[in-house]
Amino acid sequence: MPIPSLTTGVGNDAAGSARVELPVAGLTCPSCVRALESALRAVPGVARATVNLATRRAFVEYDPKKAGLAEIHEAIKTAGYRAGTATARFAIQGMTCASCVTKIEQALGSTAGVLSASVRVGTEEAVVEYLPSVTDLAAVKSAVSSAGYGVADAPAPMSPSAVDAESQAREREYRTLMRQWWFGAAVGTFTMIMSYPWLFPGLRDVFPRESHRLWWMWAFMGVASLAVILYSGRHFFTGAREALKHRSANMHTLIALGTGVAWVYSSIVLLFPGIFPSSEFLDVYYDVTVVVIALVDLGLAMELRAKGRTSEAIKKLIGLQAKTARVVRDGAELDIPVEEVLVGDIVVVRPGEKIPVDGEIVEGASAIDESMVTGESLPVEKRVGDEVIGATINKTGAFRFRATKVGKDTALANIIRMVQDAQGSKVPVQRIVDVVSGYFTPAVAILAILGFMIWYTFGPAPALVYALIVAVTTLIIACPCALGMATPMSLTTGVGLGALNGILIRSGEALQTAQKLQTIILDKTGTITHGKPVLTDVLVTGGRREEELLRLTGAVERSSEHPLAAAIVEGATTRGLALPVVETFNAIPGHGIEARVEGHAVLVGNLKLMHDRKITLGDLEAHATRLADEGKTPMYVAIDGGAAGIVAVADTVKEDSKDAIQALKRMGLEVVMMTGDNERTGKAIARQVGIERVLAEVLPQDKAFNVQKLQLEGKHVGMVGDGINDAPALAQADVGFAIGTGTDVAIAASDVTLIKGSLRGVVLAIQISRATMRNVYQNLVGAFVYNVLGLPVALGILYPFLGILLSPLLAALAMSFSSVTVIANANRLKRWKPRLASEVLA
Amino acid sequence: MSWDRIVVDVVGLALIAFIVWFFWLVKAKGVKAAVSSAGYQEQMVLVKGGYTPDIIVVERGKPVRLNFVRQESASCSEMVLLPAFNKSATLPEGQTVAVEFLPTEPGEYEFACQMGMFRGRLIVEP
Repeated sequence: MPIPSLTTGVGNDAAGSARVELPVAGLTCPSCVRALESALRAVPGVARATVNLATRRAFVEYDPKKAGLAEIHEAIKTAGYRAGTATARFAIQGMTCASCVTKIEQALGSTAGVLSASVRVGTEEAVVEYLPSVTDLAAVKSAVSSAGYGVADAPAPMSPSAVDAESQAREREYRTLMRQWWFGAAVGTFTMIMSYPWLFPGLRDVFPRESHRLWWMWAFMGVASLAVILYSGRHFFTGAREALKHRSANMHTLIALGTGVAWVYSSIVLLFPGIFPSSEFLDVYYDVTVVVIALVDLGLAMELRAKGRTSEAIKKLIGLQAKTARVVRDGAELDIPVEEVLVGDIVVVRPGEKIPVDGEIVEGASAIDESMVTGESLPVEKRVGDEVIGATINKTGAFRFRATKVGKDTALANIIRMVQDAQGSKVPVQRIVDVVSGYFTPAVAILAILGFMIWYTFGPAPALVYALIVAVTTLIIACPCALGMATPMSLTTGVGLGALNGILIRSGEALQTAQKLQTIILDKTGTITHGKPVLTDVLVTGGRREEELLRLTGAVERSSEHPLAAAIVEGATTRGLALPVVETFNAIPGHGIEARVEGHAVLVGNLKLMHDRKITLGDLEAHATRLADEGKTPMYVAIDGGAAGIVAVADTVKEDSKDAIQALKRMGLEVVMMTGDNERTGKAIARQVGIERVLAEVLPQDKAFNVQKLQLEGKHVGMVGDGINDAPALAQADVGFAIGTGTDVAIAASDVTLIKGSLRGVVLAIQISRATMRNVYQNLVGAFVYNVLGLPVALGILYPFLGILLSPLLAALAMSFSSVTVIANANRLKRWKPRLASEVLA
Repeated sequence: MSWDRIVVDVVGLALIAFIVWFFWLVKAKGVKAAVSSAGYQEQMVLVKGGYTPDIIVVERGKPVRLNFVRQESASCSEMVLLPAFNKSATLPEGQTVAVEFLPTEPGEYEFACQMGMFRGRLIVEP
């Protein structure tokens, strides 16, 4: 592709003028076109500027000597629109000096189509804003390399390949652990048998006590167990050493200490039997060393497997990303890696294909399966102008769309990042655990020493042997890991579960608070309702036909800028009516409109307008009152001086709002509606969905205050609203649920974001929170109880009463199992199923 | 009480005292993060059996970038969490992973692996 230079521009002719075509975002109305055109023409040097609303492109002809792309871009920005620019970030190699920065920036700046470039020494990267319609990333990069520097793409942190690498690393780790386990198990079985040869009839005679043959067997076992320590148990010892360097202790420390003590004692018995007063001390415990190491290795391997399943949700999300995209460049369709799609590219999607990035349909229509992102199971119909979300699947039709968000800005990338951050956050109950586990390991070591001392001082003979066994068992049974994993594992599963159902939970704190909620405040507009008025009723009087009334009213309203007018126009056009042209038009503020259409004098407005014009309304007034009681906005229509009928518009309730509200109530939550509308409209909607308590006429700035008032009643309050307008109220609430729509999931800085704009998400979020927290408590209690019961038993507290002393081998088994159980319990959460109104028990 | 028991008890008590002193009483000194030309307070953190350094001192109000390099394969350390800043990162072996955040309040914050086996502290000075 030839690269046009900035000074000459694109397609310049002899007269020295240049033409450029720029995509512009934010163009919505015909009046914008004129505004932008004049803004562009005002730039010195611009000869001609035309803006096409349909293609959202600006064509500018300018004198490159007087104006540059940067000025034109600036003009678009100051006019309030966005030029379809792309920003690329890439790493630069070979930057050795500060002067390199200016050199690279200059090289980039003189590349056609580059609007701005900044190079950062600290991170060795360049951020370049450029016009993809003029140049492409390859050209930008080649400018850097021709200046003598290397270019590398910034690594994509969440690419499927990174996930693959991670799971491969896990797989390797798993296989290593399994090999270590098998080696330990093989040696362990042998040492276990040979440690007690007198229990086996055949061996009893071959290896009698205090025989030379037995000594040699012990010596062999000592060497074999050393091999196990070096191969299967090395990581415990290196881990313990590293931890000690940091003045901390962990599971590795305990295992290394326990197995190490057993090995050293056995070797002393083996090599210096003379220092022991009697032969009852002369036993080796190599089996303890080997079997404990083997069992803990097995436990770790199982843990690794189970942990892999815990983070399945995020892997599923990452795996959703498309790998390639078919874009139109220079009139030809070509398949490129999805990373190279730029904002403004036209992307072609065929039936059955994955939509690669976020964008807006410019041609065609289709049904799109968005279940993977929003949790909505039914395909969504989309047509020109509608937003499409990357990673969703196109079902039926073919279409083209303009990419609006790519790379790490796509909705999916944002979702993944939010989920990862949430999974990495902490549940507040974890704080107690953190305090405990900070003291746990050294405390266990102290307990083991105390146990040794007590058994040695007061225990039965041979005291040294008992004391040793008690100390080793204590070190091994303690399981700081179960304690440490209890909440993170459940949190990871719970947050992942939410994400797969279109619910983004921001942090562990939000998750914990959500289950405590007592009151849920629902914003009316856009939360319970669609937030967009639609035509609901057309009443006629005086023998008029409904269609005629609507046709004339629609025509009049088309000229109006009132928000309700659009609902009437849309209602008329969806009924297939062709709207005639308005001859004269006069808006009467606070009253309505008078207009002349097809020779008729048409009046559309409120009661006041009708009274002013002395129009007899008859029973229409009663109908209007009834409609208003239903929460609708009625408008009278008079034609040629006589009452013709009423058209009513209303914001309609979302299909599943009623169900969701019922479910919330059955879950024991108080549901309150908050609205800026008057009490009558508010109550009407509340009745429809089954809400008793309505806070009406709440000004937008008072929403947060009203949330606080409910909190002062001593309740934990959740607020559901849209993430932008209701942001203060969402922040004030104990848990803010933002109803996000489509690709804007990231802007809602709330505790919980519901990607699918439905109240059902609130129900599911609270259910997930309750299920997860129940799981967290089960794990915590389980881990605490395990340690609290296990340690005293290991210390031999049962011995004086029942004569029970735990074997270190059993302790190792118990320890491995306890941490695997915690993870298995967390994985159990994945079987959670949403329960809806009909299924939630009263 | 025979002499060997006294020896065992004295040695045991001494060991306990040592453990208390070694793990809880000694206060290690932190490492002050350097300010890079990009304005970040940057610190390299080696992840191997723990975090080195494990006490990092930064200033309030300046962005912090911790570059974690994991040089071990134990699965415990594959994630690092900074719960106070709602940040976390998975650390592939051998790669440098940067975690950036802005400390606004002075105080002590913890960073740790998911299970809390490895711990480090971030001290934000006013």
